[in-house]
Amino acid sequence: MSGHESTYEPKTGIEKWIDTRLPIVRLVHDSFVGFPVAKNLNYWWTFGAILAVCLVTQIITGIVLAMHYVPNVDLAFNSVERIMRDVEYGWLMRYIHANGASMFFLAVYIHMFRGLYYGSYKAPREISWLLGVVIYLLMMGTAFMGYVLPWGQMSLHGTAVITNLIGAIPLIGDGIKTWLQGAPAIGNAALNRFFSLHYLLPFMIAGVVVLHIWAFHTTGNNNPTGVDVKDVKKDTVPFHPYYTVKDGFAIIIFLMIFAGFVFYAPNVLGHADNYIPGNPLKTPAHIVPEWYLLPFYAILRAITFDIGPITAKLGGVIAMFGAIAVLFVLPWLDTSKVRSLRYRPLARQFFFGFVFVCLMLGIAGASNPDDVVIPTGSDKLRYELAYEDQAGRDALKASADSHEGSFSTKDGRAIVMFDDYEQSLEFAEAAGIEDPPTVYHPGIKWLLIAQLLTFCYFAYFLIVLPLLGLVEKPKDEPETIAKSIHPEPKSSDIAAAPAE
Amino acid sequence: MKVIKALVTGLVLAAFTAPAALAAGGAKPLHDGKTEVPDWPFEGPFGKFDKASVQRGFQVYTEVCASCHSMKLMSFRNLGENGGPFDSDDDELTEALVKEFAAQYEIDEVDDIGDVVSRPRRASDPFPSPYPNDAAAAAGNGGAIPPDLSVMAKARHGGATYIYRLMTGYPDDTEIIDDTIHFNDDHTHGELHQPSGLYYNPYFAGDVTANWHGDPRHKPYGGFIAMAPQLADGRVSYMDGTEATNEQMSADVAQFIAWASEPKMENRKSLGFAVMIYLFFLALLVYFSYKAIWRNVDH
Repeated sequence: MSGHESTYEPKTGIEKWIDTRLPIVRLVHDSFVGFPVAKNLNYWWTFGAILAVCLVTQIITGIVLAMHYVPNVDLAFNSVERIMRDVEYGWLMRYIHANGASMFFLAVYIHMFRGLYYGSYKAPREISWLLGVVIYLLMMGTAFMGYVLPWGQMSLHGTAVITNLIGAIPLIGDGIKTWLQGAPAIGNAALNRFFSLHYLLPFMIAGVVVLHIWAFHTTGNNNPTGVDVKDVKKDTVPFHPYYTVKDGFAIIIFLMIFAGFVFYAPNVLGHADNYIPGNPLKTPAHIVPEWYLLPFYAILRAITFDIGPITAKLGGVIAMFGAIAVLFVLPWLDTSKVRSLRYRPLARQFFFGFVFVCLMLGIAGASNPDDVVIPTGSDKLRYELAYEDQAGRDALKASADSHEGSFSTKDGRAIVMFDDYEQSLEFAEAAGIEDPPTVYHPGIKWLLIAQLLTFCYFAYFLIVLPLLGLVEKPKDEPETIAKSIHPEPKSSDIAAAPAE
Repeated sequence: MKVIKALVTGLVLAAFTAPAALAAGGAKPLHDGKTEVPDWPFEGPFGKFDKASVQRGFQVYTEVCASCHSMKLMSFRNLGENGGPFDSDDDELTEALVKEFAAQYEIDEVDDIGDVVSRPRRASDPFPSPYPNDAAAAAGNGGAIPPDLSVMAKARHGGATYIYRLMTGYPDDTEIIDDTIHFNDDHTHGELHQPSGLYYNPYFAGDVTANWHGDPRHKPYGGFIAMAPQLADGRVSYMDGTEATNEQMSADVAQFIAWASEPKMENRKSLGFAVMIYLFFLALLVYFSYKAIWRNVDH
């Protein structure tokens, strides 16, 4: 797992004996002790180690929880509560595990944005990046299935929404859905297999993490300048103790934030509805996934129109999976040879725009798509009426006009809107309408915002990154990492200095 | 550029205000009410439950709520645990109190020869449920099943505050004339007709559109709940002599349910404090090690 010459020297007889048979101590030494790392890594690089801590924490607490959890629709909810009430420190295990998922995603998002900013996905680190995206996908699968296990209202109905999506795939969708669920609907069969997979996937993650580390230990870490290591002596320091202590410090700070949630706000990242036992007959008013999946949920719901033979539902599913799939081709979409955005001022602005788009997608995912974000006028009272012929239409229009209402038609139906309630009542009485009017909120809705944001998300990868590399003129990169720390004065700077 | 800036600011502002506005199906915001929300003593990093209030709340639960609402996750032994109503410094006294209290209720069990016999409940037995099953609960309450209260403070946004607002939020009897409530304030003006067997409550998530006579743009918050107002002044006589007003009983029962929902809260916060102190000093130690190790390396 290291692309450098081994610095391990077995000293004792037993070390030599092991080293000639299974050089495992050498492997660990060369990967995490002697491994040369660029000496200019900043704190954004500590999230790799933080993620390792997250994975181990989740696995350990998860194993303990699995000893007490009961995967059965009638018992699951209560078994989780029993863990928190009757198991010694069960509340601690459960709250660490539940908040640990959020912390894991927080760290992985920072880690991914760091990779984006410093061009860590570019040659020769494409495989490191791809394996990272695989880990991220596995994490989403694991978290999604883990969220089902407490069998609360959000668990049940959130899962139903997501698995129903698979049914949108033409011809084979329904069959796959039933096969995955083990039944026509989410129930005990689904809960059991999700529990089984939820236990399996973290170990697959651990396996891919090994490959991920192997890959970037072969190419060497990227660094904030994006410049390759030229001279191991001048540009790098050994991983231990330099980065073990720096990562260690970052991990402790991260754990303090983590502990803040676990001990003082353990339920703030979850949804209250998930403390209501799952009931298939009662659907919550607003079904929302956990916060870390909200941007993708927004993209899913943004596609509300058919595109040729693709239905809106299928289109949403394609867009949602496309949002992750695009990460797999990212190394070949970015045409710029310069890795770090430090030297790409224009690309840097687009990057921060992209971060903003992702955050806003998250908020859009949490919001009701039909809610007005920016009102464009006062609320109106709205009637939607049928008419039989031109005469009927004219009569309605005349009546609307006489009561200061606005009249329009849509799909062969009349739409009449009023500002004034009294006028609307008189109109309704004259037209013989008994149902009360509905309220029309004029304005820009979350749906439109989500659609714009979805466009921006894809445009960043498919338009901005390919084009920028061709048109942008990057700043000069430093020649070496060492020189980026102690830049030599440029001759042009000296010449430009005003004469005294 | 200015337009974009304004748009972005507007979006961000809207993003943070909009979700709060639509929270829970148009229910009234919890900060908005006739009375002040009690200063919950269990909030904050050092918060603890007020034992006297939890005790009174438990009395309200047993005398009022328990006739319809179960607490299936609670056992009698929990009453003597940390922060619970029977908790005291004297372990023997606590145990005796719990035992005596549990023994008031009976439970069926199968004896050695297979007969179903009933015996007094022990500390290890669960609270009795008012209905044998959901069908019976629904039949006894006009089709609505009274929810289990074991984790109620975690199962609603706002927790104890929500419970307090719900229990104090019903309109006064004097405001309801012939099942009709008249509204005339800044937000709402019109008449709300209360369907039979249902009760209007502004903090209960729901929709009153179908029963509202007035401008739909100014319809009242909230919805109709199947639970009639329960905590009228003097509904219980508190053993500690506290005056049993609607607000007092609501605050007490909310605190009791908050305790029952998170019985380990006090342990959690005290352990949290120790963990934070430990991590803080560890962070200092590691930070100075970091400084020492890197002191000769330019980076």
